[in-house]
Amino acid sequence: MKVLVPVKRVIDYNVKVRVKADQSGVELANVKMSMNPFDEISVEEAIRLKEAGTATEIVVVTVGPQQAQETLRTALAMGADRGIHVKTDAEVEPLAVAKILKAVAGEESPELIIVGKQAIDDDSNQTGQMLSALLGWPQGTFASKVEKDGDKLNVTREIDGGLQTIKLNLPAVVTSDLRLNEPRYASLPNIMKAKKKPIDAKTPEDYSVDLTPRLQVQKVTEPAERQAGIKVETAAELVAKLKEAGVIG
Amino acid sequence: MTSLVIAEHDNAELNDATAKAVTAAVALGGDVNILVAGEGCAAVGEAAAKIAGVAKVLVADDAQYGKQMAEPVAALIVSLAGDYDAIVYPATTNGKNITPRVAALLDVMQLSEVTAVVSADTFERPIYAGNAIQTVKSSDAKKIMTVRTTAFAAAGDGGSATVEAISAAENPGISEYVSEELTKSDRPELASAKIIISGGRGMQSGDNFPMLEKIADKLGAGVGASRAAVDAGFVPNDYQIGQTGKVVAPELYIAVGISGAIQHLAGMKDSKVIVAINKDEEAPIFQVADFGLVADLFNAVPELEEELGKIGL
Ligand SMILES: Cc1cc2nc3c(=O)[nH]c(=O)nc-3n(C[C@H](O)[C@H](O)[C@H](O)COP(=O)(O)OP(=O)(O)OC[C@H]3O[C@@H](n4cnc5c(N)ncnc54)[C@H](O)[C@@H]3O)c2cc1C
Repeated sequence: MKVLVPVKRVIDYNVKVRVKADQSGVELANVKMSMNPFDEISVEEAIRLKEAGTATEIVVVTVGPQQAQETLRTALAMGADRGIHVKTDAEVEPLAVAKILKAVAGEESPELIIVGKQAIDDDSNQTGQMLSALLGWPQGTFASKVEKDGDKLNVTREIDGGLQTIKLNLPAVVTSDLRLNEPRYASLPNIMKAKKKPIDAKTPEDYSVDLTPRLQVQKVTEPAERQAGIKVETAAELVAKLKEAGVIG
Repeated sequence: MTSLVIAEHDNAELNDATAKAVTAAVALGGDVNILVAGEGCAAVGEAAAKIAGVAKVLVADDAQYGKQMAEPVAALIVSLAGDYDAIVYPATTNGKNITPRVAALLDVMQLSEVTAVVSADTFERPIYAGNAIQTVKSSDAKKIMTVRTTAFAAAGDGGSATVEAISAAENPGISEYVSEELTKSDRPELASAKIIISGGRGMQSGDNFPMLEKIADKLGAGVGASRAAVDAGFVPNDYQIGQTGKVVAPELYIAVGISGAIQHLAGMKDSKVIVAINKDEEAPIFQVADFGLVADLFNAVPELEEELGKIGL
């Protein structure tokens, strides 16, 4: 089966983000960017399905600016076969991304789409579910295990109370959670090889998707700052302080 | 203006997250209705009717809703959506799973994890693991959102809403429930616990978690963990607190052997009092801790247990 994996370029998870003084957003200049960690997990899962003989081809797709091509190259270096770059400098909301991905799925006819459960920049946790809704496909969100079972897909999901396993008709959309796998690093030879793998250049207009935002960002501000407290020397002192604060006893 | 709050429940009991979502819905203005979709869930419907501020409870009792599968529940909500200006779901894993499906089917851009209702169309929500707060105004005719339950107090009881049984919508029939492996515990669940004690990589093994459980039992606390502790298999996945796990805000949060990565802080930094026990005095967790104890946890935790015993706990 063909697997489609959308990937997003985001501020690296190790960077402490700073809000811009004019409250228009967060500081992006000279900040390290990487592939969204959940998307790395999705790419890894697709590669494992291919290594197991279940997947036949892995297509990675990104919606974003020129530099998002680097994110596609990273996925190709990990082991994806080819890329699609839907180029735009606009801020694209999850709903519009889902519409673009739906159109891409229409052209590519994948049997499985693996989406990261959330992007660590806007923390929306929407795109996979929206895509599956628009396609009329079933969804297996927050997946910690994915297994093909005949013409169906078994997905084990991380839920509030523990784990849940569901069975989905194919084609389906899966969103990856942290425990699905541990993504590999691309080797140097594979990074070199990835430079020759094909990337299709597209635009949102090619798919006739309207990117006009539905949510107007009025401002972006710092959260309330928490002050560091005091150090205690012993467990006894800690208990005394907690009693004083009225939170125990 | 009428809002529909989707109830979080397990068919037997109404989860407290629902009353918190009602508070957010009330802030939107207008009437509030609740939808209880489940199987054998009549008691949940009755409990929902007692939440103050609720005018009507719709109960869709059908086998296809028993496990909150996204496809049928979303189809049901969409079938009801015409009557509502807003749909509000607590940001539980069910809410996160189902709400975006509803939003896309209605061509609405969802508002995720709303932490404040500024006005009927303007909301605050955290981005970048809570390191920034975005204020957004929605231009969609319908507002569809998940709400962060730690940001809203539960609506009180004393309500007497009418309860109306509604019929099921057509099941898309593309997915089925297979099984569940739920973590069993007599301790309070993390979302509602007043005190939480969490362990990190510093705990070294799942075998050491009983140290924390003993303290939890003295304090009536829930037990949580960092991602590192879950990834290492010390404890089940549903213990994870953080940006991509559970968000909690108890009266007291005790972090043991947790360094305080931003992704972890995102899930607990709104706790009222934070205690950190860590042997590294430079650990970032101390920057948010009200009380920090620089010590080896394998000494400090048993000592803490003993000291709690001395005050009769
Ligand atoms: C996409 C993504 C999502 C993530 N989501 C989450 C999330 O939701 N929640 C989360 O928690 N993390 C999350 N993380 C991981 C996060 O970045 C950190 O790696 C993780 O929180 C570290 O866990 P820890 O503090 O237990 O481990 P470490 O950072 O290894 O810290 C262990 C601490 O234990 C202390 N210690 C060791 N031995 C002892 C001892 N004997 N006595 C006292 N102290 C001791 C050490 O000094 C150290 O400070 C996420 C990461 C990514 C990339």
